[in-house]
Amino acid sequence: MPVREPPPERTDMTDAVTFRGVSRHFGPVRAVDEVDLEIRDGEFFAMLGPSGSGKTTCLRLIAGFEQPTAGHIEIFGERADGVPPYLRNVNTVFQSYALFPHMNVLDNVAFGLRVKGVSRAERLKAAEEALSMVELAGYGSRRAGELSGGQRQRVALARALINKPRVLLLDEPLGALDLKLREQMQEELRKLQRALGLTFVFVTHDQEEALSMADRVAVFAEGRIQQVGSAEDIYRRPASRFVADFVGSSNVIPADFAGVGAAGQWASLRPEDITLDPAGREAVVTGRYFHGRVVKLALDVGGQALTALVAPRDDLPDAGQATRIAWDPARVHLMERGS
Amino acid sequence: MHSDNRAPLPLKLAAAGGLFFLLAPIALIFVYAFTTEEKSFQWPPPGFTLKWIGVTLNRPDVWEALFLSLRVAAISTVIALALGTLTAAAVARSRFFGRETISLLVILPIALPGIITGISLRSAFSLLEIPFSTWTIVLGHATFCIVIVYNNAVARFRRTSGALIDAAMDLGADGVQTFTLVILPNIATALLAGGMLAFALSFDEVIVTTFTAGQQTTLPIWMLEELVRPRQRPVTNVVAMAVVLVTVLPILAAYYLTRDGEHTAGAEK
Repeated sequence: MPVREPPPERTDMTDAVTFRGVSRHFGPVRAVDEVDLEIRDGEFFAMLGPSGSGKTTCLRLIAGFEQPTAGHIEIFGERADGVPPYLRNVNTVFQSYALFPHMNVLDNVAFGLRVKGVSRAERLKAAEEALSMVELAGYGSRRAGELSGGQRQRVALARALINKPRVLLLDEPLGALDLKLREQMQEELRKLQRALGLTFVFVTHDQEEALSMADRVAVFAEGRIQQVGSAEDIYRRPASRFVADFVGSSNVIPADFAGVGAAGQWASLRPEDITLDPAGREAVVTGRYFHGRVVKLALDVGGQALTALVAPRDDLPDAGQATRIAWDPARVHLMERGS
Repeated sequence: MHSDNRAPLPLKLAAAGGLFFLLAPIALIFVYAFTTEEKSFQWPPPGFTLKWIGVTLNRPDVWEALFLSLRVAAISTVIALALGTLTAAAVARSRFFGRETISLLVILPIALPGIITGISLRSAFSLLEIPFSTWTIVLGHATFCIVIVYNNAVARFRRTSGALIDAAMDLGADGVQTFTLVILPNIATALLAGGMLAFALSFDEVIVTTFTAGQQTTLPIWMLEELVRPRQRPVTNVVAMAVVLVTVLPILAAYYLTRDGEHTAGAEK
């Protein structure tokens, strides 16, 4: 885990975005189901979940493309019921970037000012500035189709930021980029967010991305929020079996087996917290997979399957061999819910 | 496999034959516009003259028919552009019960033989006691012009990503601004192409027009009448030549315009 700055201090300021009992049903489909959520002013907030979990619908509810079927949303303390997207002080970076194909890059970026009636000279100057902020100075006369995926992403970012929104929404902003570019953009988004002091809300299905970038993460499943907390919280203390499994594929084991609670309760034990220990429990290695920096061991401990991640060594047991393992009970987290 | 080999001789002959078969009659029309013989068409033409162009220009019935045709084509095209685009927007942009049925029903008028459209319109007009006028011709033409515009527009709407509209609204554009600054520029070439095709179709339409025109003659009807009443025959050929030019140019333009818009707008993923 990278060292991070502490999230912004909780103050008495109003939250940037508040969900109060918000539901969005499409016929029988409960895309978002009774969600309560506070997104603090100035934080980098991630909505994490598998596809169809309601995270993107939540984003569209904030942007104003969808209206809740029940409950309501507040943006900086003001109820947003029925307020159309063009009257909300939030802007979106779309998953497909949605750059206007009939305009060049500069006109794309200046669009938000154009519809506000800002003069041509003024808005083009502002657009140039926004482009240099995302390190695309001089690209203004190109068409969107002539840019690479990473460059389009930056244009979309500049276009959304030129309106000086108080909340920036990002829908899977890095999904279409390759790994190297993605890591670079993660870093840049983080820097940009700190420099501008804006509230960023971003949607992702990539748990590593959410954990490494966000101050706080909300984990979604089936239209409901499973857990909200800091990355550390979510990872170390998953509230439910779903969170434990979806975020970092934990070992979800009976609490009495883990030695932390009574039968019937469930506990989460992270694979990297299991160590090979000659004084520990007997285990049989059922599989050994080399992953570069770590080796994944599939283990059988008296009928209970476990996964361990250990540092590569020459004397690691092979598949089929017996070994002994141990874990620090302090690293085992007893979960509130088993499901 | 693509090779630089030249086409074999039989293929060349077949191609030349095909083109000859298609284009020779049209070339004949052009040739007879300049013949000196006015009662019948004889080959080869006994002589060539430009006098028929002058004669044509001085015939008021030609001008009347031409202006009626242009007016009908222009009004039908405008109606088709408005209604065809709106229908296309509804069908491509939203989901509602019966959407596919409506899509089919819109296309139906062009699938029906013109004679059916003509007869049904004529009986409808007489049932409703609507007197024949320019407007009854326009209504007849609008039935198929709408389909042309609709087909062009619906294809472009489907290729234009809905996220573009979301993006425009997100950036502060209201409904009108979204339409004029984002939607219209993205469908403009499709509308222009559809409009030109509709105009050309209306301009040379005969069948539906015969049922809906009453006493007025559009240019194609005028030509049909001229053929059975031989008087200054080459005048018909001069007019035909003009019609070919008026209809071919927009169709060529439409072809190049739609070819330009092959890419899917806004779906760069």
